[in-house]
Amino acid sequence: MPPWIERQRHLMDYTLAAMARRWGRNLGLVAVYTLLVFVLASVMMFTDAIQREAGQLLEQAPEVVVQRMVAGRHDLISADYMDAIAAIRGARQVRGRLWGYHFDPVTAANYTFMVPAANAPPAGRVHIGAGLARARGAAVGDVLSFRGHDGALFSFDIEGLLRAESEIITADAILLSEEDFRAFFGIRPGLFTDISLQVRNPREVTKVAEKIVERFPDTRPILRSEMQRTYASLFDWRQGLVLTVFAGALLAFAILAWDKAAGLSAEERREIGILKAVGWETTDIIAMKTWEGALVSLTAFLLGVLLAYGHVFGTSAVMFEPVLKGWATLYPRFVLTPHVDLFQLAVLAFLTVVPYTAATVVPNWKTAVTDPDAVMR
Amino acid sequence: MIELRNVSKVFNEGRHNEFTAIRDVSLRLADREVTVFTGPSGSGKTTLLTLVGCLARPTVGRIRLHDRDISGLPERFLTQVRRHSFGFVFQQFNLISGLSAVDNVMLPAYPTGRPRSGLMARALELLELMALAERADAPVEWLSGGEKQRVAIARALINDPPVLIADEPTANLDTAMSRDFLAILERLVEQGKTVLMTSHDPLVYEAAMVNTVVSLRDGRVETVP
Repeated sequence: MPPWIERQRHLMDYTLAAMARRWGRNLGLVAVYTLLVFVLASVMMFTDAIQREAGQLLEQAPEVVVQRMVAGRHDLISADYMDAIAAIRGARQVRGRLWGYHFDPVTAANYTFMVPAANAPPAGRVHIGAGLARARGAAVGDVLSFRGHDGALFSFDIEGLLRAESEIITADAILLSEEDFRAFFGIRPGLFTDISLQVRNPREVTKVAEKIVERFPDTRPILRSEMQRTYASLFDWRQGLVLTVFAGALLAFAILAWDKAAGLSAEERREIGILKAVGWETTDIIAMKTWEGALVSLTAFLLGVLLAYGHVFGTSAVMFEPVLKGWATLYPRFVLTPHVDLFQLAVLAFLTVVPYTAATVVPNWKTAVTDPDAVMR
Repeated sequence: MIELRNVSKVFNEGRHNEFTAIRDVSLRLADREVTVFTGPSGSGKTTLLTLVGCLARPTVGRIRLHDRDISGLPERFLTQVRRHSFGFVFQQFNLISGLSAVDNVMLPAYPTGRPRSGLMARALELLELMALAERADAPVEWLSGGEKQRVAIARALINDPPVLIADEPTANLDTAMSRDFLAILERLVEQGKTVLMTSHDPLVYEAAMVNTVVSLRDGRVETVP
């Protein structure tokens, strides 16, 4: 084996032995460091995965949704608009949608009532989301009762539960027939919540939206790309919120690392002096301390990332659920598809491993460049 | 042959606490001999050894090791000279606690990149010579003063340097252990090593094996018999 490699092996052996002598302190440091990486990696992986998941689901969403605005507020839209929009070149599959929210005092939660585009349940029956079923303790065959817009009691037979894979957006959903929906909310025939449409050529989406606004100045077209951006910024904002909360932990770690790295104990200084006196070069000391810093930071990084992976993809980020998934009463239960963005991981590694290793090396270098004659005194 | 020409060493130069430890010392130290530096505390004995052993550079003057000027070498080369030419036995032994005796002995050889198996064999051989084979795996803090010193001697010899430097080697030993130490030194000199020591101890500087006693006072050479 070349002497250079053998030398590095010796230095690593010595580093491990030196670390074992101060195992309590090193273990504490690795634990705090691991916690920090765990938090950062969890937030990063969760937001990335949920954005990816939401992005995939939004791919099924209509390319354009047209809402009618009255005094700056979203209002019901007449079916007349649909014919005019369908006449715009490139627009297709124009249809009116019916959806709305209903507050249920029993669970103190908001439910989303929707009429599906296809396969709507027959009148008097509903399909419900898994979160809602859990909250109400309901199963297929049970009856759900709600008070409608006029205070009248509406009872629906539960015909089916929505698929668990779609729970991220259907946790609180109730799918029902158009007839039931209109009766429940008191919406006249010929009025819809909004209008959805597809565009034949995806490059003409913006053009079609412009034509709709031109034709109907009281409408607001929402593009799928805008919805995707909104989701992205929503999760980015929540990610920022969690990271802000943990900024204190980050600062504490920085102080700990700096204290550990900058405050070489008298024993450590003496040890460096002895090593130099017996023939170690400054570069050997720095290499040894670099191994030590790299070992601590890499161990913590790998442990933190592995724990975060298990936390996010095994338990659906159970620790950050309230912040990252929202403040709703009905938490969706879903398992994210494991995915790790290598670039993000590299950035995280760079931001955690490199500063710590550098912080460890600098004070040791300062000690190592002094003459070793102090050990003779 | 180690030669010092008009060597001075000043600490904290230019500051209010400037202190001259060595003043204009010129000496020739012969190979394969035992030289002892004596003198009262603060006379500059230890500083002189640090200069000869390349642990520090002189402020003024030249030090030559076998016709090579080592006083002006850059730190990296100075370390290489120190590693290959000098073995040190410090007054407080300066072993690294927490490590075993054999690990301490191998320390100076790590930067050489010698294979671990050969290094371990040599370290064990040296410990056996010091009658410490059975204590090889013991952490050094478990060893007695005499055992620690023998580990320090084994460590000083791991790179097979021609010169052994010992600073007050018997200061922490009783008479019996001091005699054992001198016996070890005698064997090393017979094997061709040069030994440079500082000592207050008459048991050391009056020993038959000592060839030269250099007396220092106030940083100057007082007498060279």
